[in-house]
Amino acid sequence: MELVIYGIINSVSLILMSIGFALAYGVSRVPNFAHGALFILTGYITWIFLYQAGLPYALAVILSLIIIALIGAALYQLILIRVRGMPISEIIASFGVGLAILELLRWAGLRGMTYMLPPFMKESLNIAGVPVSYHRVIIVGAAMIMLFFLWYFTHYTKPGLALRAIAQNERAALVLGIDSDRAATVAVSLGAVLAGLAGVLLLPLGNIVVEMGYEVLVFAIAVSVCGGLGSWKGAVVASFLIGFAQIITVTYLASHYHFVVALLIIIIVLITKPSGLYGRQKELEERV
Amino acid sequence: MMQELRKERLDRGIKVRADSIYAISSLKEIMFLMGPGLILVFGLLVLPAVVSPYWQRVLCIAGVYVLLSISFGFLANYVGLVCLGGALFVGVGGYLSGILNAYFGLSPLLAIPLATVAGAFICTLLLLPCLPLRGVYFAIISFVYPLLAGRLIAATGVFGGTDGIAELDVLTNKWVNIYLIFILILVVVFGISRLVNYEDLGLVFRGVKDNEQAITASGLNITFYKAQAVFIGAALGCFGGAYLSHLYGWAGMSLFAIDFSILPVAATVVGGSGILYGPLLGAFLLIPISEALRAFGTLRIVFYAIVLVFFVVFWTEGVLEYVRRKYEQFEHWVRV
Amino acid sequence: MNKELLLQVKDLCKSFGGVKAVNNVSFDLYRGDIMGIIGPNGSGKTTLNNLITGFIKKDSGKVYFKGKDISSWPAYKIVDAGLARTFQLLRPYPTLPAFKNLIPPLYSPRARRTSRGKLGDRAAVSIDILEEVGFERDARVPYKLAGALPLGYLKRLELCRCLALKPELIICDEVFSGLSMSEIASMVPLMERLQREGITLIMVEHRLRELFKIANRVLVLNFGEKITEGSPQEIFNDEKVKEAYFGGGETYVFS
Repeated sequence: MELVIYGIINSVSLILMSIGFALAYGVSRVPNFAHGALFILTGYITWIFLYQAGLPYALAVILSLIIIALIGAALYQLILIRVRGMPISEIIASFGVGLAILELLRWAGLRGMTYMLPPFMKESLNIAGVPVSYHRVIIVGAAMIMLFFLWYFTHYTKPGLALRAIAQNERAALVLGIDSDRAATVAVSLGAVLAGLAGVLLLPLGNIVVEMGYEVLVFAIAVSVCGGLGSWKGAVVASFLIGFAQIITVTYLASHYHFVVALLIIIIVLITKPSGLYGRQKELEERV
Repeated sequence: MMQELRKERLDRGIKVRADSIYAISSLKEIMFLMGPGLILVFGLLVLPAVVSPYWQRVLCIAGVYVLLSISFGFLANYVGLVCLGGALFVGVGGYLSGILNAYFGLSPLLAIPLATVAGAFICTLLLLPCLPLRGVYFAIISFVYPLLAGRLIAATGVFGGTDGIAELDVLTNKWVNIYLIFILILVVVFGISRLVNYEDLGLVFRGVKDNEQAITASGLNITFYKAQAVFIGAALGCFGGAYLSHLYGWAGMSLFAIDFSILPVAATVVGGSGILYGPLLGAFLLIPISEALRAFGTLRIVFYAIVLVFFVVFWTEGVLEYVRRKYEQFEHWVRV
Repeated sequence: MNKELLLQVKDLCKSFGGVKAVNNVSFDLYRGDIMGIIGPNGSGKTTLNNLITGFIKKDSGKVYFKGKDISSWPAYKIVDAGLARTFQLLRPYPTLPAFKNLIPPLYSPRARRTSRGKLGDRAAVSIDILEEVGFERDARVPYKLAGALPLGYLKRLELCRCLALKPELIICDEVFSGLSMSEIASMVPLMERLQREGITLIMVEHRLRELFKIANRVLVLNFGEKITEGSPQEIFNDEKVKEAYFGGGETYVFS
């Protein structure tokens, strides 16, 4: 029972960590390798608002999400737009930005136990005899709401549909008068907000440390690759696969294997089914 | 009215005449053609001899990165495999050499070549199932392998676990140490540039990069040739790793550090891709700069990252291409 | 019939999504023949070609080459066995001189085997091959960059890539398309010469007039299915073929 509950929580955390990456890639075809950095940066900005500026928690969170959205948009408009369509350059550029942000934070002293965000609620409740803190319940609930919102956004709103149109056939979308760059800006910015949201939700479980940024990036890549790059349905399924695999190995082997599992899954999936669980034929051609 | 200007570039006369082998008529033209190569050779042979011992050591380490950069550039530009497995090569080579030296008592001069060949073989075998993958996917998987290897060693505690294999024999003679790697770099650079430009196998490699179907339709097994290329690339990295472990006298998990995967990319971006000498120049620029910035701690990585982004986004031709243009052409503004 | 059965295709099927690109196609090919495969656009000619040569995986069906089942072989191995092909979309190495385009095939295991180690200088051999197929008219052409060659030479270059392998069967994918009348006129004797040299040919074509001059047998595809097969004369008079092409109208294209 404990396995199931913690498996679900872990999987949902993975969804949160990776959905922004999957969305940005799926829509704008820009692999945003600054994802982990944005995750940590949001936590750091929130911390500043909370403790340095003394704002209330909710306001601090909302403000930092707005800021991260602007940073995401700037990242696309200033840098990525110039290397659009060159996958390797996109990766190097976005990873470089992420690296710069993370190492700058490290240099600014972001290590150790100094930086912590408080959980939203301190109490915990019992589910089938397993104590689960309210914060974790909130994480699961927030992830559900977010997934629903994303589904609604990409299926029933005009900007969302425009994003999907770009993802499926950029030229046809251009002919229909969809501004590809604007859509991509929205996508990267939305991806940044999702990364930030994940940061705000997940960071209170531990300390804000730079290493976490790299880990989030690797997990996001693992989930996206496994689910099929750009397919966020696949990302959800893959999160559950990896999430449970991790919890199982942690329970029966040792805790430091949980990273190994994520890496192993990347390798196995890429070798056996290069297009991922939900990858489409078109992507298969690109890969193999 | 605004005056419109346009930059005009023209080949220097000496380049035009020297381009075709039939027209070389003077020592000056021969020097023009061979100059860059001679500068490289003498630079590599003389430089280590004139700097202080501290910088000699820096150059030795830079040499390892140069080998990795050449390996990356060769695989990316001439075979079409974006291989971020530098750390894998270094790690496998370093650990193998360490094991051979510490557990079997082989001398470094025997352990290093053995580890090079065996390590390259192991790396090729590991990457073999991923060879049909393209571009980003191969990059991801080759990047993940060393991370996995490092974590596995830490988790299982084999080969000394997080402590690594300590007290390896080092090459005591300073000059052997230096010239082992520098002469190898020269051999490798000229060997690979000969391979890709003049050898038939090099043509096949280039075909694998941009013409897979034509290669298949010629009755050649693409995976087999990719494996050969990876073997060559891996051998360079494994040598670097083996060499490094005997330079430090220690083979540990830091041999799987992502620096070995990332820096060759940075060197290629900065130095300029497309030509083999680009990564070489980039590595020789970056490592000493990074050493000079050591005092700034992690801030130097920030500096690195910014330089990288700058080159990738705003100055894509890289340093070498820029220098080459200045060397071969003259530019002036003309009114349109 | 005492000719040797070279290629046998049995019940070949392939569908892309819901579209049956090739549906239950079977035919036999005898050594020394020239077989034409014709059909309207989108009738599955190129897919059939890709299926036989292993460039696309088949859903079902068998292909026998010289009596061996090659259905599940990878493409390079099929080529290695002596079944070469050209591409409809030309695939030269644009940045290399024309003669260097032939070095990879000459480097292949098959070329080494067929020449029994007496290959000598590959560059010289490749220029020989190029001159055989019509590059001899201008001695500089083999040294020009492949990307700068006119279409007629590129088509020949494709053919040369196959010839370098000394194949027993060549599948030519639309070698005539896009060429001018005079270029086609010079290609026809080349094809006939290849036949005389003992190379079996399958020609996937749109240019029916030239094809009917040289082909022994013609196979007609429509919507992925084989409509009919027969000698050029039979096909010429076949009502089903006219219908497939024109929905049953005038046959002025043939004249």
